[in-house]
Amino acid sequence: MNDQTQQLEAITQKEYKAGFFTDIESDSLPPGLSEDVVRQISLIKGEPEFMLEWRLKAYRHWLTMETPEWAHVHYPEIDYQAVSYYSAPKKKTDGPKSLDEVDPELLRTYEKLGVPLDERARLAGVAVDAVFDSVSVSNTFKDKLAEQGILFMPISEAIQEHPELIKKYLGSVVPQKDNYYAALNSAVFTDGSFVYIPKGVRCPMELSTYFRINAANTGQFERTLIIADDDSYVSYLEGCTAPMRDENQLHAAVVELVAMDRAEIKYSTVQNWYPGDENGKGGIYNFVTKRAACRGESSKVSWTQVETGSAITWKYPSVVLQGDNSIGEFYSVAVTNNMQQADTGTKMIHLGKNTSSTIISKGISAGRSSNAYRGLVRIGPNAENARNYTECDSLLMGDKCAAHTFPYIEVKNPTAQVEHEASTSKISEDQLFYCKQRGLDVEDSVSMIVNGFCKQVIRELPMEFAVEAQNLLGLSLEGSVG
Amino acid sequence: MKMLEIKNLHAKIEGKEILRGINLTVNEGEVHAIMGPNGAGKSTLSNVLTGREGYEITQGEVIYKGENLLELEPEERARRGVFLAFQYPVEIPGVSNIYLLKAALNAVRKHQGLDELDAIDFLTLVRSKMQLVKMDEQFLHRSVNEGFSGGEKKRNEILQMALLEPQLAIMDETDSGLDIDALKTVSEGVNALRSPERSFVMITHYQRLLDYIVPDFVHVLSEGRIVKSGDKELAKELEKSGYSWVHDAPEPEGQPA
Repeated sequence: MNDQTQQLEAITQKEYKAGFFTDIESDSLPPGLSEDVVRQISLIKGEPEFMLEWRLKAYRHWLTMETPEWAHVHYPEIDYQAVSYYSAPKKKTDGPKSLDEVDPELLRTYEKLGVPLDERARLAGVAVDAVFDSVSVSNTFKDKLAEQGILFMPISEAIQEHPELIKKYLGSVVPQKDNYYAALNSAVFTDGSFVYIPKGVRCPMELSTYFRINAANTGQFERTLIIADDDSYVSYLEGCTAPMRDENQLHAAVVELVAMDRAEIKYSTVQNWYPGDENGKGGIYNFVTKRAACRGESSKVSWTQVETGSAITWKYPSVVLQGDNSIGEFYSVAVTNNMQQADTGTKMIHLGKNTSSTIISKGISAGRSSNAYRGLVRIGPNAENARNYTECDSLLMGDKCAAHTFPYIEVKNPTAQVEHEASTSKISEDQLFYCKQRGLDVEDSVSMIVNGFCKQVIRELPMEFAVEAQNLLGLSLEGSVG
Repeated sequence: MKMLEIKNLHAKIEGKEILRGINLTVNEGEVHAIMGPNGAGKSTLSNVLTGREGYEITQGEVIYKGENLLELEPEERARRGVFLAFQYPVEIPGVSNIYLLKAALNAVRKHQGLDELDAIDFLTLVRSKMQLVKMDEQFLHRSVNEGFSGGEKKRNEILQMALLEPQLAIMDETDSGLDIDALKTVSEGVNALRSPERSFVMITHYQRLLDYIVPDFVHVLSEGRIVKSGDKELAKELEKSGYSWVHDAPEPEGQPA
């Protein structure tokens, strides 16, 4: 191993910087999963009967399913009976009416994370629906949004207040039986966000949610549902970071997006959950199902993600292009370091005519990590003149990491045009020496080169998120070039 | 005053000895040209001076402004004012030129105990330096060297030099791949940067660069040693007679003062 490789490894092995644990009294269910637990969750949330039935249907089906084994990741079997399925910050007489009533510990946690929950949020123009463990603690800007008829609230509230929308859309993109983790989520999800943009409304601000897993051994199962009605537009930001905990924590979220005629949804994620230590101890298991339906004609959905955290990532934000002329986009940066494993990518399912999709995937592997891109492009028999462009680039740092690409292409219509480009490269010694000769230290050089590599994706992020993502990329790779 | 002193420098790459006892002293304000045939060790010398990996120093020392240069990391040398104009400037996709320039300048300023320049002051400064090498502002926003022509790459190197204001500028085959107009532009840029406090080591295969940047001293490097030193007339001699004679030349007696 030469000096440079050693240096790179030293840089990539910095400690996780968001690792702190907030000591708030939690109101948790004991570990274990059964029909009773599902009923209890529904009861705690005060849900209507239809919701309980919906959950039970999912749970009963989940019991018949088996853990998927096809992903390029390895981990010990998860004991679902050892997980607690509900944890909420304790309520103080019906919950806080204002920020003054929110647990100051909680506010400090957000402050450390730079969450603009208070007045800073208003200045920054960001509305935050903060999910602390499993209950939404605070909603900002709800009233302002409500003036335009926009609904932005915890999904538990939407279940109470807008059951007709929930009945119509929940599970309409990711059915309860879709896959193992989606079924589990459907049975036990505790909270998440709900967004509805009415016809013709352009959401005036970026909607933002910060999820954070806090209590030990508490799996977090959020459920997010975003509906953009005809001719509407919304940009939604999701940013995550978790405190350092020793045991593996299961995270199985489901996100469903529905875009009606000429509607556009932009969904951006920066994910920085605890990845485990350099020996692979601890870290979040991130098994997420994200899917969008471009249901209306000329609708558009863009997924942009910067994934740097989690011990294991299993995630394929997808778009089902049902409406004619609809557009699906997937821009992704996935960084793995140390012992992290990622199997991530997208599915673009072309059903309507003249549908088009773009996939830009940038994978960066360092340490002893494994980073796989897995993507499916399917052109259905009726999808006349469908087009897809896929670009899949991998960057390796050091000589112990791995990058894999698994592209699947199924074309059932002869008019389709499908392009796939892939490349694998290493940060070259020439590039590093050039930067160092200009006075930059190794860390800054690596960060700069990596950010350059990811530029196509980063520029798709909303501005305030892009800055955060750039810092995160540098941070995640401190200690690792070769 | 001495800027750089190379004493009996020996260096190997992959076990093969390339530099075999280089002696050279460069004083403040002097311009030295190092010429020699392919394989003489010219690029190795510039790489060793700037700290590129892969070279093993087996003997000798290099003193730069009173410090042992060989003990410093490449970036530490750079921040102390040692600049290499690369023979083959590297492309860095996705990183804009202006970003690299600013990061480099601030790294040097930080070392000097100065504050970072804000965006407006920086832009003003960089614009004034760009005129020196006749570069268009659009260059600032293109990715570092990506898709640049040979001449553009070399001008970009001189722009970086002008901005960073090094004490010791090492120019590795800066004339290679340049047409005559580009050569003139680059040379004018370099000449504008000559000053009593700044020294240059120009490494070149051909004499023509020296018509534009006139050196104080010319050294001939062959098989890892300086075999002959003189003034600019030596370069003209070489142009006439080529390098074939240098192999038989005796060890040099001394050094130009």
